Amino acid sequence: MTQPILTLLLAAPAAEGAEPRLADGAAEVLGAAALVGAPVALVVGPESALPALAETAASLGATEVLTASVDTAQLGAPVADALAAAIAEVAPEAVLMPHSIEGADAAGRVAVRLRAPLSVDAVAVERDEEGVLAKHSVYGGAYDVSSAASAGPLIATLRLGSVDHRAEAVAPAVRALEVASTGRPAAVAESFEPAAQASERPDLRSAKKIVSGGRGLGSKEQFALVEQLADALGAAVGASRAAVDAGYVDQSLQVGQTGTSVAPELYLAVGISGAIQHRAGMQTAKTIIAIDKDANAPIFEIADLGVVGDLFTIVPQLVAALEARKG
Amino acid sequence: MKIVVLVKPVPDTFGDRVLSLETGLADRAASETVLDEITERALETVIRHAEASGDVEVVAMTMAPAESQSTLRKALAMGAAAAVHIADERLAGADLVRTAQVLAAALRRAGADLVVTGNGSTDGSGGVMPSMLAELLELPAATRLETIEITADAVRGTRETDGGTQAVTAPLPAIVSITERMPDPRFPALKGIMGAKKKPLEVLSLDDLAGELEGIGAPLEETEEPRSIMLAAAQRPPREAGEIITDDGTAAERIAAFLADRRLA
Ligand SMILES: Cc1cc2nc3c(=O)[nH]c(=O)nc-3n(C[C@H](O)[C@H](O)[C@H](O)COP(=O)(O)OP(=O)(O)OC[C@H]3O[C@@H](n4cnc5c(N)ncnc54)[C@H](O)[C@@H]3O)c2cc1C
Ligand SMILES: Cc1cc2nc3c(=O)[nH]c(=O)nc-3n(C[C@H](O)[C@H](O)[C@H](O)COP(=O)(O)OP(=O)(O)OC[C@H]3O[C@@H](n4cnc5c(N)ncnc54)[C@H](O)[C@@H]3O)c2cc1C
Repeated sequence: MTQPILTLLLAAPAAEGAEPRLADGAAEVLGAAALVGAPVALVVGPESALPALAETAASLGATEVLTASVDTAQLGAPVADALAAAIAEVAPEAVLMPHSIEGADAAGRVAVRLRAPLSVDAVAVERDEEGVLAKHSVYGGAYDVSSAASAGPLIATLRLGSVDHRAEAVAPAVRALEVASTGRPAAVAESFEPAAQASERPDLRSAKKIVSGGRGLGSKEQFALVEQLADALGAAVGASRAAVDAGYVDQSLQVGQTGTSVAPELYLAVGISGAIQHRAGMQTAKTIIAIDKDANAPIFEIADLGVVGDLFTIVPQLVAALEARKG
Repeated sequence: MKIVVLVKPVPDTFGDRVLSLETGLADRAASETVLDEITERALETVIRHAEASGDVEVVAMTMAPAESQSTLRKALAMGAAAAVHIADERLAGADLVRTAQVLAAALRRAGADLVVTGNGSTDGSGGVMPSMLAELLELPAATRLETIEITADAVRGTRETDGGTQAVTAPLPAIVSITERMPDPRFPALKGIMGAKKKPLEVLSLDDLAGELEGIGAPLEETEEPRSIMLAAAQRPPREAGEIITDDGTAAERIAAFLADRRLA
């Protein structure tokens, strides 16, 4: 278990003047790397932020931290240059990064540059006698597939929220990485507007419990019922595409084929018919409960408990019942 | 200005999609093939721009099995002026790197000021194709745009990233990918369907692209071997329905008890 596994940890975009934190998924990729080898981190961000970010990386389990300073306004190419340099330096058995915009962009560029095998949107990494392999859940969770590299390091992007293991904190061993810029043209980030207010609810991607609402909620105002139920359960809020299209909630909360794929302990669907593209993103949940007034709604085909009835009656009663049980 | 939209035929998500457990490849005969909706949105976005600004040639391009050609006719019917279909039996089971090399070669041959793709497909869902193409073609890439504005010499837009909204821009030539926030695709009108039959649809084999593949440093022989190998594919047992009750005034209590039983509340 001493083979180095390189992880790519990026500074998240930050508002003018604010110090960036590590982008989402850092703890997960280090946790995944620790399961199959020795986690090494490449931390990429603006020069001034690197010491603090490197320290965070070590606290999340990176046994060795390489830092590369980049102009974060330049998108794609500079991060790929740093990652290619780190791969040359570390000669890792595998390279892991979150399946985020920036993670996927870097993975794609480096895979073609090095002609390296690429496994996208993995939900787990494992080791067998031959080496590291990536596990995938494809076609909306209908199939489990595993892939491995035929030659060279396996580059894999990891679905956010899919790995629970966390590596133990270590003392930081940090050094700066020399990066030769390829000078490849890059798109430019002109400005960044932080999201109005970070929600205090759990993050949809990694939540253990999710309450999702659909078109059945009828309006943005009435969607608050879903939020109240989520809060009573300590759950994250999700939504169907129809609810997103109708403007009830932000697109980042969409669950399904073209939204987020989730696999929580509990998925409670309210006013969601259960179209195949919605089920594709949630049918691997451990327990599914559905509330819908149409007894023929396909969501009932996969529900462990299905309730046919009016959500506007049931949800407020359920919130009250949960509060009462809490005492 | 020439804009190439990369469109992808995929198994219809409205049906049950089948993966061959032996090869790990999509069983194309098992599902109906349709244009991936996200690539129709990309096409819609570009056609709207062409209609508004004039002097824009819209080309739809795909790398897909020969049988899926009808999907390119649909792209022409929606309003693309021409289509390019890369079809070659040697491409069956192509992985991401190889797909990128072949598409990059064809894009080089076509010569585009702007390349527009979807942010991720409903089958492979890689979401990496645009950045791979940008790397091979040495173009700037602005990925996952939720809004887009195309001018004579640049493309700009916004995207949702960790914790906020980023405004991005790239000088042309460039490559961009768009998300589901873009407008719904139009249904081709009868006139469009009739007109599509007369529009040029070019079919290319790998040999037709030999020169360009060489040019991007991926000669024909080298594009042959897959780089990641699928080790195993297993089908999950379908989920079974549990208990279905009709609310008689006690359903909320029933749910609360069910949650408590399973230690979920
Ligand atoms: C390529 C593609 C990708 C897609 N990706 C996604 C995706 O990622 N996620 C997704 O969700 N969808 C996706 N869709 C859309 C999908 O096909 C459905 O249109 C969508 O999921 C429907 O959302 P819904 O269940 O909220 O709405 P509906 O299907 O309209 O269902 C609303 C439900 O609410 C119930 N209802 C209404 N009033 C009440 C009440 N008072 N009490 C109780 N129940 C009530 C109704 O009986 C109905 O069952 C995709 C489609 C395509 C073609
Ligand atoms: C279930 C499944 C899983 C797979 N997993 C992997 C894997 O882990 N690693 C791997 O190397 N390969 C994998 N493949 C093969 C890979 O999906 C194909 O090479 C595919 O053509 C490109 O990837 P994508 O569709 O995921 O691209 P994405 O990056 O998701 O596509 C983004 C956009 O690029 C454009 N585009 C992509 N492909 C084409 C095309 N052929 N023609 C025209 N435009 C296109 C479209 O505009 C699309 O919206 C998988 C295929 C399947 C069916």
